[in-house]
Amino acid sequence: MKFIKQLSIILSISFLAELMEELIPLPIAASIYGLILMLIGLITHIIPLEKVEGAADFLVEIMAIMFVPATVGIMTSVEALKQMLIPLVVISSLTTLIIMAVTGRTAQFIIRRGNKSAADPEESKGEGKA
Amino acid sequence: MTEIVTEALTESVYFGIALTLLTYQAGLWIKKKVKLTVANPLLLSVIMIISILLAFEIDYDVYHNGAKYISFFLTPTTVCLAVPLYRQLDLLKKYPKAIFGAITAGVFTAMVSIYLMSLAFGLTHEQYVTLLPKSITTAIGMGISEKMGGIVTITVVSISITGILGNIVAESLCKICKIQDPIAKGLAIGTGSHALGTTKAMEMGEIEGAMSSLSIVVAGIMTVVAVSIFANFI
Repeated sequence: MKFIKQLSIILSISFLAELMEELIPLPIAASIYGLILMLIGLITHIIPLEKVEGAADFLVEIMAIMFVPATVGIMTSVEALKQMLIPLVVISSLTTLIIMAVTGRTAQFIIRRGNKSAADPEESKGEGKA
Repeated sequence: MTEIVTEALTESVYFGIALTLLTYQAGLWIKKKVKLTVANPLLLSVIMIISILLAFEIDYDVYHNGAKYISFFLTPTTVCLAVPLYRQLDLLKKYPKAIFGAITAGVFTAMVSIYLMSLAFGLTHEQYVTLLPKSITTAIGMGISEKMGGIVTITVVSISITGILGNIVAESLCKICKIQDPIAKGLAIGTGSHALGTTKAMEMGEIEGAMSSLSIVVAGIMTVVAVSIFANFI
């Protein structure tokens, strides 16, 4: 029964999220509204973690299976795939490398600058603790 | 005889569900045996299903008739991604500047680089928005592609290429670009190659893994906003 209770919370939020998708004129999918609703619920303790975590962990663990049907749908878009095969592969690969490098270097820059000012008492004076 | 089988298949809801679960388990088993990133259970399962459908001349709709009930769980599961994010909230409070600064830079780089390359290849609007959400987790990426009028199945393929490549190159890329800080490594891998990259980040270390899984959801949400702006450019 515990599982049913947890699922009913998760599905109720999903339903609320669908309502929001209908009502709010933004190009945002219901699942994103739901994710944010759930996060707010958890942070404010309106939804205690232990009231959802069992079912939530199970669903997240098996999530990859849920992508299978949509991916098999590639059968029905072979033509569209053929038309963009080369750009698809080139863009998917190259951008991945660029994004990783930029994100990592930016993070490292911010962390090291933070460390430097923390080590130097003159500079860190008056600054909030990071 | 064949007619009876065909009729049973067309009406069956369980055929698509059973085929999905069985091939996925076979995929998991193969992954365990060969231990290669390319042997991704999702990919293996899809290849097996398509081969079976083609070999027996079964229509995609027949498969989808049952398999759609599996996809049905995608929205509630994406909602549940809030749970792991909530558990990592302390981390977010500890390094807010590095996390938000780096992921914002990563998402912006993603948008700009995809935009420029799409322009160079002369892609249509439909093809362009198909690729825009390519670096984020499938759950969020599929929703974006659908909302923006992209080809959802191709978005999933693009996300898979990204994840598999990210998983393979993550370690050497960090070395070449001199990214040594474990927090920076985790943020780079999670923002660049979502959940598939994160499995590699987890092997690299605890901090790398935690940062990478945090980045999946944060980058996903930021991308929702970013795509709604960048989608207008082509």
